[in-house]
Amino acid sequence: MVQWTAEERAAIQGVFATLDYESVGRESLARCLVVYPWTQRYFGGFGNLYNAEAIMANPNVAAHGTVVLRGLEKALKNMDDIKNTYTTLSELHSEKLQVDPGNFQLLADCLTVVVAKHMRTEFTPDIQAAWQKFLSVVISALRRQYH
Amino acid sequence: MSLTARDKAVVKALWSKISSKADEIGAEALGRMLTVYPQTKTYFSHWADLSPGSGPVKKHGKVIVAAVGDAVSKIDDLAGGLAALSELRAFKLRVDPANFKILAHNLIVVIAMLFPADFSPEVHVSVDKFFQNLALALSDKYR
Repeated sequence: MVQWTAEERAAIQGVFATLDYESVGRESLARCLVVYPWTQRYFGGFGNLYNAEAIMANPNVAAHGTVVLRGLEKALKNMDDIKNTYTTLSELHSEKLQVDPGNFQLLADCLTVVVAKHMRTEFTPDIQAAWQKFLSVVISALRRQYH
Repeated sequence: MSLTARDKAVVKALWSKISSKADEIGAEALGRMLTVYPQTKTYFSHWADLSPGSGPVKKHGKVIVAAVGDAVSKIDDLAGGLAALSELRAFKLRVDPANFKILAHNLIVVIAMLFPADFSPEVHVSVDKFFQNLALALSDKYR
């Protein structure tokens, strides 16, 4: 089971407190689709993803970005049992959506960059460490139901 | 994922904007790498202090970012331009090439932190590609 120190919990909660889910969600997902264009394969029904401008203005991308952040919030609220909290989500991504789990890290990295952009120097190395640990636990939980 | 003319132009333009804070970027990125990915500390066991902001970290951060700047100027032939650096890593330092990606990630986080307005997704993708090509050039002589 994952052990969280009090500082790590505080750091992660602190990061979430700064996040506007809609704008961070939209920015992170859009950034992922631009920086790692192969991820667009999962969003065939989203309409215009032809260039960076279109992606960043796409309302489906924006809406889905918020969905992703709300999903992360679930993990935040259940930090001591992210594994089980994410069982259905993991099944969804492996059985139904069939997302290559390598992509989770790509989106996580984009999320980290967007958080860094917003928090600037408040995103200290220790906070970054706690935040990235949180994201790795999330990714590991999402990968669990892949067989 | 080779660098297009556009990628090269974007990287050069960004670098000229951020080079005034180059030393800070290098030190921050290295400090973060050692904190967020503690396994990377194994390469620096000979340093007295591995904490962010320490003397050795600041000094080496400067060296790293100077080399990145040099790579920007040699962007048309990274493998050739970085051959000596690659040999050093291959035969003497023996840094696992997976770590180049880790350092690149931290450089990107720091650039985003310090220059948020200049780090749009379009700039990010060119920079990410550049670091990937840089890493490839650095591991060129490994085997």
